[in-house]
Amino acid sequence: MNTADVILKVEDLKTYFYAGGGLFSQKKVIKAVDGVSLEIFRGETLGLVGESGCGKSTLGRTIVKLYEPAGGKIYFDGQDVTALQGPKLKQFRKDVQMIFQDPYASLDPRMTIGEILKEPMTIHELYQNDAQREQRAVELLRIVGLKPDHIRRYPHEFSGGQRQRISIARTLALDPKFIICDEPISALDVSIQAQIINLLKQIQEESGLSYLFVAHDLSMVKHISNRIAVMYLGHIMEIGDSHELYLHPMHPYSIALLSAVPIPDPVEGKQKHPEPIAGELPSPLNPPMGCPFSTRCPYADDRCKREMPALKEKNGRMIACFRVE
Amino acid sequence: MNQTVTSEQGRNLFAPLSEDEKNNEFIAVESKTYLQDAWAHFRKNKLALISLYFLLFMLLLAIFVPIFSPYSYYEQDLTMTNVLPCAAHPLGTDKFGRDIFVRIMYGARISLAVGFAAAFINLFIGVIYGGVCGYFGGRLDMVLMRFADIIYSIPSMLYVIMVMLVFGSNIFSVLLAISVSGWIGMARQVRTQVLSLKEREYAQAARVMGAGHWRILFQHLISNSIGPILVNMTLMVPEAIFTEAFLAFVGIGISIPQSSWGSMANEARSLLQSHPIQMLWPVLAISLTMLSLNFIGDGLNEALDPRKR
Repeated sequence: MNTADVILKVEDLKTYFYAGGGLFSQKKVIKAVDGVSLEIFRGETLGLVGESGCGKSTLGRTIVKLYEPAGGKIYFDGQDVTALQGPKLKQFRKDVQMIFQDPYASLDPRMTIGEILKEPMTIHELYQNDAQREQRAVELLRIVGLKPDHIRRYPHEFSGGQRQRISIARTLALDPKFIICDEPISALDVSIQAQIINLLKQIQEESGLSYLFVAHDLSMVKHISNRIAVMYLGHIMEIGDSHELYLHPMHPYSIALLSAVPIPDPVEGKQKHPEPIAGELPSPLNPPMGCPFSTRCPYADDRCKREMPALKEKNGRMIACFRVE
Repeated sequence: MNQTVTSEQGRNLFAPLSEDEKNNEFIAVESKTYLQDAWAHFRKNKLALISLYFLLFMLLLAIFVPIFSPYSYYEQDLTMTNVLPCAAHPLGTDKFGRDIFVRIMYGARISLAVGFAAAFINLFIGVIYGGVCGYFGGRLDMVLMRFADIIYSIPSMLYVIMVMLVFGSNIFSVLLAISVSGWIGMARQVRTQVLSLKEREYAQAARVMGAGHWRILFQHLISNSIGPILVNMTLMVPEAIFTEAFLAFVGIGISIPQSSWGSMANEARSLLQSHPIQMLWPVLAISLTMLSLNFIGDGLNEALDPRKR
């Protein structure tokens, strides 16, 4: 693919949070996202996986400009959007939308579904009058498989899966080019998860938009993504084609992460001796020197503990590990 | 162990959906808005409901009794002083022969007007001030809240006396005096609410869709704090009524011959030994009104906050 097909490009993006900093204690820096670079192509889904607390949600939220980046650049559609203000920011907000994790918290409980769906259209003055907006809201409900008369209902009258479909409808109201899905299925039942994933896929096929799909459930991510990025402690460890990466993970962390996926067959599951990851995710307040995974990596040597390996291409994949060089 | 499923069994396992299963997006429950739901719960609280009816009854009496009564609150009848309750004067007359019932109801006008007006002024200032502090946060919040703390740290009686000295004794200076520092409690409460609500995903979703600050603040954050705001407001009304009564009692509130529950209690003080019943009426009016407002506040608190049910 050539560069014209890149819809979103992130270069050395850093998002830091500050903790503490009282009269006698020093401010501590949490490097939630620490130098991430990646590209997402038009019409593609990039899956972003990693343990809880590895910074994958923070990365997504920094891209939609909910957080100020501490460094690096974000390019959307060839334009630098890192420091957008005013009307240009509003245009960016129209093109880039986000689906949130918790369908119980992402819909305003005091608004009817109709009001929720019409709000983005009102903000961006999309249609001429309220009747047209209402018509569009009904159409959106139909797209996500809900009934037109649900427009007068309140969010608490719906189940989790229905609510997630409502929030998908809300993001579609603006005809975005790019949607960040921040663990949109992790709060739902397995049967409902498949419904939502299929809905997202179907919408993508119809309108050709791109997704950044953040999740910690690897099997669902594989199902929806074209490529997968594995993240650990604020760094991207490996990016590659989703099938390739799933079948032959190369980074030690990807191998460990994939071995943790449960296999729904007890016989096969026993044969495939899983290699569980030892230890716990180090505190982002006090990250290890060198490669962030070096404290838990079975292959770590002195060099890993001294310097951070760069993300380099190897067999069509990007990997940050000295072992594969 | 592997189980093989024959095609016959398979057909049984995957039966087509029946007509009503296809309709499974249907919602059977009747749609209720937040306030309808709250009212349904409020009604179950008998004490609060009785209080509400009592207050509405008081309000009607306060409006209509002074209009239709043959007596006025200021006309003196020195042939009929200190009369005990009778058919012509249901609550008796005071030492100047004025009908106590009419004076109590005229006092109710002033008390309720002061109470509700003060609550609305404080609501207006407090919600905007607290909302701005909580939403924008940071240094602005620091400066504005420290300013509020400074106002709050000076005893409110000082403001009251100063306002009364400058603007004279009338209903507007009473209102002004109560409002100087009365809004701070509301501002603090709204600030806390907004601080926690702005982290909710629906507020962030509104930001991502491009909503402006004021839209997020009023449409999403303050409308979701309506419960605590209403409760705070109902509890502010009795506070204002009490302050007004106190000011009138010590003689710096409403000017005579206007009647206020506080000034009536003050006048009855000199007759406490000979005609104690004259003291009973204003005291009863003050306590019943405050009590019912507090019960209503409690009932609202319960009805508006699902966690307290």
